[in-house]
Parts: sequence; C-alpha cells; structure tokens
Amino acid sequence: MSDAIKAIDGEVEGGSKIAALVKREIGRVLALGSLVVIFIFFTIMRPVFASWENVSGGILMSTTVIGLLAIGTTFVIITGGIDLSIGTATALVAIIVGKTVQSLNLNVWSGILVGLIVGGILGVINGLLITILKLPPFIATLATMKAAQGLALIVSDMKPVLFTTDVKGWDSIAQGNLIPKIPNGVLILFVGAIIAAIVLNKTVIGRYTFAIGSNEAATKLSGVKVNHWLVAIYGIGGLYVGMAAIVLTSRLGSARPDLGLGYELEAIAAVIIGGTSLLGGKGTISGTIIGALIMAVLVNGLRILELQQEWQYVITGAVIVLAVWGDNVRRRSAGEIS
Amino acid sequence: MATTQLLSLTGVSKEFPGVKALNNVHFDLNKGEVHAIVGENGAGKSTLMKILSGIYKKDAGDIVYQGNHVDVSSPHEAQKLGISIIHQELNLMPDLTVAQNIFIGREDRRKGRVFLDNARLNKAAKDLLAELELTLDPKQLVGTLTIAKQQMVEIAKAVSYRGEVIIMDEPTSSLTPTETESLFKIIRTLRAAGKGVVYISHRLEELSSITDRITVLRDGEYVQTLNTPETSISEVISLMVGRKLEQDQRPDVRPLSNEVVLKVEGISDIKLLRDVSFELRKGEILGFAGLMGAGRTELARALIGADPKTSGKVFLSGKEVKIKSPADAVKAGIGYLSEDRKKYGLLLVQNLTFNVILSSIPAFSNKFGFLKTKPAGKIVRDAIKQLSIRTPSENQYVKNLSGGNQQKVVIAKWLTRDCNILIFDEPTRGIDVGAKDEIYKLLTKLAKEGKSIIMISSELPEILRMSDRIAVMCEGKLTGIIDNKDADQNKIMQYATKFRN
Repeated sequence: MSDAIKAIDGEVEGGSKIAALVKREIGRVLALGSLVVIFIFFTIMRPVFASWENVSGGILMSTTVIGLLAIGTTFVIITGGIDLSIGTATALVAIIVGKTVQSLNLNVWSGILVGLIVGGILGVINGLLITILKLPPFIATLATMKAAQGLALIVSDMKPVLFTTDVKGWDSIAQGNLIPKIPNGVLILFVGAIIAAIVLNKTVIGRYTFAIGSNEAATKLSGVKVNHWLVAIYGIGGLYVGMAAIVLTSRLGSARPDLGLGYELEAIAAVIIGGTSLLGGKGTISGTIIGALIMAVLVNGLRILELQQEWQYVITGAVIVLAVWGDNVRRRSAGEIS
Repeated sequence: MATTQLLSLTGVSKEFPGVKALNNVHFDLNKGEVHAIVGENGAGKSTLMKILSGIYKKDAGDIVYQGNHVDVSSPHEAQKLGISIIHQELNLMPDLTVAQNIFIGREDRRKGRVFLDNARLNKAAKDLLAELELTLDPKQLVGTLTIAKQQMVEIAKAVSYRGEVIIMDEPTSSLTPTETESLFKIIRTLRAAGKGVVYISHRLEELSSITDRITVLRDGEYVQTLNTPETSISEVISLMVGRKLEQDQRPDVRPLSNEVVLKVEGISDIKLLRDVSFELRKGEILGFAGLMGAGRTELARALIGADPKTSGKVFLSGKEVKIKSPADAVKAGIGYLSEDRKKYGLLLVQNLTFNVILSSIPAFSNKFGFLKTKPAGKIVRDAIKQLSIRTPSENQYVKNLSGGNQQKVVIAKWLTRDCNILIFDEPTRGIDVGAKDEIYKLLTKLAKEGKSIIMISSELPEILRMSDRIAVMCEGKLTGIIDNKDADQNKIMQYATKFRN
C-alpha cells in the first residue's frame, strides 16, 4: 500500500514542476497572457502607448484607487461575500479625513492613520451587519453603500474639501517619487498587494478566508469562530478602502463627496477578471492586480486610439463576459466544474 | 366483494453503483385498498416508490397498470397515468395560496388571454376541498398553515390529478394523533371512492387501523405480503428484521472502563428532542440506533452546540461544561463527523493539508498569526500513513478522493485536534463495502487507544458489530440503552418503534 503511494508520488514529482505549476495556475497564466496580448496590440497600433510616461502616469497611476479597492474586496469575495459599499465608502473616508485634517491641523501621517481607522470601522460595520443581524452581504453592503453616499454629502455639505494644500506633503503621498520614475501611488498599490498576498496565503486569517468561502458550515463545525473572522475580513476590506481614499485625495488634491459611486463595480470586475470565484473559496491577489491592469490598459489604450468613452464602457463589459466565460470553459474542460 | 387489480409490479430490480437497491420485488394494489410497504431503513421502500412515480428508472421488471403494461419514464408520465406521490418532505410553495399550490402548472387562464383567472382557480379548489371534507381556505397562504394542514393540501393536490393510485410516504411522521386521525378519515374516503393507496410508514401501530394488506421488504428483497387482520405487529417486525443465516458479527469483548468521560443530562430542543440523558465511558463505542427521524442527528448537533438546546447539561469527566457553539465543543475535545461529509465536514475545493489542520490552525501558527506550514505538512503526511488514506500526496484536492478516504480525512482532522470524544454520524454512508471494513477497524483501534466514540447508525448489523452498548431513540426520546450481549435486531427494532411485548 505505502509502496503504491510512493509510486504515485514519484510520478507526480517526476513530471516537470514548471508544467505542474502552469497547469495549477492556468487561470492566472491565461489572464497574464491576455494582458500581454492587449498591451502588444495597443503598442503596435500606437507606439506611444508603451512609453514609460504613459505606462506609469497613465495606466498604473489610474489603476491605484480601483486596484486598492479590488485587493481588499478580494478577501471578501473569497469568503463568498460581496461588498458594494467600497465605492461610496471611499468618498466618505476621504471627506472625513479632509475635515479632520483641516480642523485638527493634522500632519500627513496622522491623516493617513485617520483614513485607515475610519475605513476599517466602516468595514467592521459591514461585518457586524452580516454576522449579528445576519443580513446577506449583498443587502448589508447595499445599505451601507447608500448610507455612506448620503453621509459623505452631509458631512461635506455637498462641497469638495480642499485640504491638501494645507497639509505639507499630502500630494506626494501618491504623486511623489520615493523610487525614481515610480509614482508613490503605484508603489502603495504594489506594496498593498504584496502585504495582502502574504496575509491571504501565510496567515491564519487568510486561511480562514478560504475556509469560510469553501464551506462555511463545515468550517463552523470544525470549531472556527466564523463570525469573528468574517468581521475581521470585512475590516481588512475597509482598511484598503482607507488606503484608496488617501491615494485618491492625494491625486485629486481634494476630497469630493460625489466621487466613488461606481468604483465598487469596477473593483469587483477586476477581481472577477482576475479569476476569483464569486462563489467563494478561490482567488488570488495577483489575479486581482492583473484584472485591474487589464481594465486600465483597455481604458487607456482605447482612449489613445481616440475611441469614444461610450465604447470603452461597452468593450469593458465585453471583456468581463469573455474573461469569465473563458474561465468557465477552461474549468469545465479540466473537470473542475460540471 | 370482488377485487379488481389496479396495479401490479413483478420482478422489479434496481441497482445503484455498488448497491443492489431492489432485487426481484413484487407488489400489487387493488381498487379500494390501502396497502402498506414496510421495512427497515434501506430496505428499498423509497426506491420502489420512486420507480413507480417515474423518478428512477427500473433496471428490470414489469409494471402493469389497469391491465396495460406501462413504462413510467418520468414523473410527468406517472401523473398522466394517474399515479400521484406525496413525498415525505412536503413540496409546497409557502408563498402561494392553497388553490395556487393545488393547481400549480395547470393554472386556469381566461380564454384567449394571458391573465390568470384566480376566481375560477379558487372555485375549483373549494369544490375539491369540499369533496374531501377538508376545511381549508383556498385563498390562504400555505406558509401560514400548520404542517398537518399542509399535508392536507398535498393530498388535495394529489387527488386533483384524478389519478387512481396515491402513494403516501410517511404521511404521519410530523402529525399529532388527532391530525393523524383526520388524515385516516381522508384515506378512508379515498378508499371508499375506489382509489388505491400505497402507504409507507415507520409507525407500525398505525398499520392495523388503516391498512388492508402489508408488504414487507428487507435489504431490497421481497419478503412477504400479509393480510392486516390476520397478522400482528410482532410478526411484521420479525419479518422486517429477518433471521440472518450468518451469525451477526460482534465486537471483541473489551473490558469496559468505568471512567465516565461524557455525561449528558436531559437534553431537549425546540422541535424534537425530549429529555435525553446518557453516559459515555472512556474507550467505549456507544451506538445510537433508531429509525429515520428519531432525532439522533439532532441530538448530536444539540450536544455540540450546532443547534440550540432548550434544556440539558453536559459534563466532561464530571465537570459541567457550557457548549453553546461548535467552537466550544471543539475546545472541549468533542469532534463531530457529519453524515453529510461533503456539506458539513469537508472543504472539497481545498487540499488534504488544509482540511486536516482546519480545526487546529491556532496550533499551527505563531503569535503573529503566520502559519507554520512545515509541521503541518509533516502531521498530515503522518496521518495519511497512519490512517492509510489513499492519495497521491497531501496536496490532492479532497473532492478527488473516494468516500472512504474522505471520511478518513475528517477523522484525521479530529485526531490532529486531539479530540477524545468523537461523534460519528452514519460513518459508512456512501462508502463502498471494502472501505467500510477499514473504517470499522479504524473505529475499533481508536476505541482501544482510549478515544470514546458515539456512533449513530441506521444499519443494525453495523450497530451490533461495533457498539459496546446500544442506545435506541424513537421520536426524540431515548427509549433504551442495551448492552451488546443482550441486544439483537429484534430487540432494537422494538425499542425503535416503541413497541414492547
């Protein structure tokens, strides 16, 4: 018996490890492949597309806010949940940060801390609505989405909060260059992604994120305090909302109460294109980043081709269909789903 | 009175992968007759009825209905022939009215229009209900009715097809005695109208008051058909259990420890459980026998805090513990292995390692919350070897393993967590015969190593083979605890049906 196991084991290890890796990661490999193909296509059409100015200032910089939101919401989606509130919550956090920084005369670091704390609290509120009131995530976050939208308008008195010029260095949060040629906003996105990937794959909370999404009932019966962890996971989503809000205010030079609605769907689209299943239990941060980049590259490239914005929306819609349909076809042929 | 045969089944067989569910079974039904089918769990009653109502396809055999050979190929076909079935679990839509439920799929429309004619629908329902002497309001929402009333709606729906044969699967399982009596009244009305009723029930004491004949099945085989007035419940039971040619396998005699590790006092829940108390000793396998719906799974779930208890105390080695959630139970060292492994036991889309360490993740992480993957890998490889789990590696997805090996993964999960009390709910359900033996050996080994095991099983040979003592439940109550040496299938069935000499 044990010999038989060894034989089978040997067979697996005898095969090429790279081939096995590609097979296991085929979803992300395909997503990355499409990103490269799209990139090459636009480069051939307009060589200026591939210039570093366009790549860093146009593509990467424009994906920072959606990218950060998408990273946080990847956790939520892997649990089998959804967070619709991240868009308007970004606006609310931005407004609160602006108002606090202004009235208390805070410096950059305190302002960032306020943003993370407020974002985290909003996430925890979602988590409590879902676990204590037992609202379905869609409903709970639809409610907080509307509430955040309203609160952002109320707190700001419907006016943008122009605070960034009062705070020394606020604009360099996103626009400075800690590393030459790479805007800090892009750096934040990638550092945020790496931290998220480590948390998701190497820590207890990451493990429970996958467990809850794979089978919540079985996880609970295994003695895991599912509700506690869910609140924490929505809290992580909120922390990334906080980061996104800070980067957004730094880029815009102000906090606008009307900006943010619709970001949630772009972030969710990035997560889905990146191969994370809405059913839960499966997903990666790198896939989400690739998904966000595919959308940013498309928008940027189509703009450079001078295609009207209306058509950019239509094409984004088509890409979502293609990405998810393609993933379904692949997984069906691999026997992963029926 | 001359009898006219309505339906006859001859030589019906049905095989599922690895299981012969029905083998050459006979059954016939006359006009104006109530004919019961009885047997233990797994005797083949439900399979037979599903063949008759077109849900399953028979592998062999012949069905003659009103003198014609018929092939019941789908539920729709069965309905067209005039065979209606009322399933044990009600299939009603709670948010629709009584009338809408009865005529679902056959809605009355105003001539040439797309709109529904609710008035005509209600009128038709009212006439039907009056005919059956049922006091139900056609316009009432079904969700607001009691279970008994809902049962009546199901019956009205079955009758509305104007079929000749009505199959009732455990119709009284959720009814009170008065409600049962009014159900019987309807059945008698149907019988007087010349319909044939197939009646499946675990409640043997009902049979004498409502049935004309009783057919006994055992292990998928036809045993005998009895005329109700000429038989007795004890005869039915002994036919159901049968006299097995081979001697039942019994466990090796193990010296039973006197150390009580778990004591349960007076557990009740809101629905079914009533005042259940028992003790579990160190190194003991305590079997829980009973018919389907006796409350064994409910007891296990209430015990581990998965469902709320309305009363009851739990003592571990003499000390009372409060168990309000599965997390509390796991902390107390009680592991539960559900009868539905896929739904409640495993993360199918994750690998072996993930599943095995799921309950013990805090032990495999440092104080910053980082996972220690190396020791986890070693533990899992050891478990694979120790339990001989057949898998290419610890990275295999659990959904790719066989049922027996999946069960071993769940066992490994609880052993990794150092649980000393294991509750196995139907440990061999869905596991093929060879692997069953391995699971049995594993349970015995665990008990010898000092683990205490509660084993819920609906298979009496399994109960007798494995248990040191056998607790029997019936309708939410513990009806008896028998030492293995004093137990036999007959005795267990008597406790399980509350029937005593």
